[in-house]
Amino acid sequence: MSAMDILFLSLLGGVLGLDTVSFPQAMLSRPIVAATLSGALVGDAVSGLLVGATLELFAVETLPFGASRYPEWGSASVIGGALFAKASWGFDAGRLTTTVLAALAIAWVGGWSMVQVRKLNARWARNRHDAVARGARRTVIGLQVAGIAADLVRGIVVTAIGLAVLAPLQTLALQSWGTSAPLARAMVVGAAGAVSLGAVYKLFHAVPGFVWQFMVGVAAGLAVVVLL
Amino acid sequence: MTARPPGRSPELSLGTRVSMFIRLLAVQGAWNYETLVGNGIGFCVEPALRQLPGGLDGDAYRSALARESQYFNAHPYLTSVAVGALARAELEGEAPERIERFRTALCGPLGALGDRLVWATFLPLCSFTALVVFGLGGSPFVTVITFLGLYNAGHLALRVWGLQVGWRRGLGVAQSLGNPWLQHASPRLGRFAAALAGMALPLAVDRIIGAGQVLWGGTLVGVLLGAILLASLHGRAEGWKISIGVLTAFVLYSVIR
Repeated sequence: MSAMDILFLSLLGGVLGLDTVSFPQAMLSRPIVAATLSGALVGDAVSGLLVGATLELFAVETLPFGASRYPEWGSASVIGGALFAKASWGFDAGRLTTTVLAALAIAWVGGWSMVQVRKLNARWARNRHDAVARGARRTVIGLQVAGIAADLVRGIVVTAIGLAVLAPLQTLALQSWGTSAPLARAMVVGAAGAVSLGAVYKLFHAVPGFVWQFMVGVAAGLAVVVLL
Repeated sequence: MTARPPGRSPELSLGTRVSMFIRLLAVQGAWNYETLVGNGIGFCVEPALRQLPGGLDGDAYRSALARESQYFNAHPYLTSVAVGALARAELEGEAPERIERFRTALCGPLGALGDRLVWATFLPLCSFTALVVFGLGGSPFVTVITFLGLYNAGHLALRVWGLQVGWRRGLGVAQSLGNPWLQHASPRLGRFAAALAGMALPLAVDRIIGAGQVLWGGTLVGVLLGAILLASLHGRAEGWKISIGVLTAFVLYSVIR
């Protein structure tokens, strides 16, 4: 991956990481969007979409409830989309598995980094408490702008470091990969599907008629798979 | 800015409303573990407060901005309800104690309603819709536009509605939150989302794993067993974190063997 690739992808990671919480929370940071955009940026939107859909299955388990800690999918999905699209030179076995593992790890690190930015925001707010209590307009607006800027920088740094570290690691892993492509892909899809199905149960099991609604959907989905 | 003449109902110009709406998109910009979204509320209400007597340099403006920038917690999209209502209360000259009590009372309902309606229902519904489109062979453009179009139609409509109803009702906005449509939307959408989820899973798995793969059946059994295991953990562990461990072990095995 070239330095220019890393530069542009990091900027995209910063913008999409910012969307997770700070601005504008329009879900541009969801994996199915972010990984597709990242894939498109490096010239392969279809690969980006494939890894984005896989990560989306994991992401339905992690919803951004209030002050809870959750993974940061924006920059992680940018890394996922780029790694999958760029690692396509004859490494079919293990390509999706290593990409998804890298993206999940970065989502975890990204979530941790969001907590650090929130702590930084708290420190800034504490230091300017008196000014806010006096109703100082510049302080109130300044805190907001500083928090947004810090989150943008956070996303850029997480994406840049993630790409710089994980792209060569992935290449090393794929060069000595020893299991078959179908098994490797089944492993990652199995994990994603299980997490997603568990999340569906957790979210909707209290909805009246859940089992029937869900089973009708499964039957329709399987029918399409078999018939088409 | 001029002071509002006594006895007249306050009005917001289109420019002020637009400014408040755009700021609402950044309401969580300074989110922190002490005041939560409090500074964001002050930031969003600020354009309206300029109409207070004395304008930007007046005591009324400074007192109101200080009051509105204190601790607050709510679902980010429904902070629009609070921002509209608080702007009206401040411009109508409500007593500070009354405004503070109202702010405190509003946190719980706006948080619970938003979490249930948006995070736990509408967002998964949009995700599964996009996964169905993907599973049916949708192109990157169609899949992404389907997700973003559907989600943001609801997202932006909720923010616009919140700001309008908050401004219209002021301190009486709680009645609007009891609207039957809002209260029943979550279970109704939930039923639809459950069906979409059921449809999305086999379709998405099929497209990701690739048609005709011999491990299709084995993957589905793995999905079922894994989901049962996760459900039996009752939230004591998160599936995506367990997956990191499982996939790390598999990658190490694949590289070393």
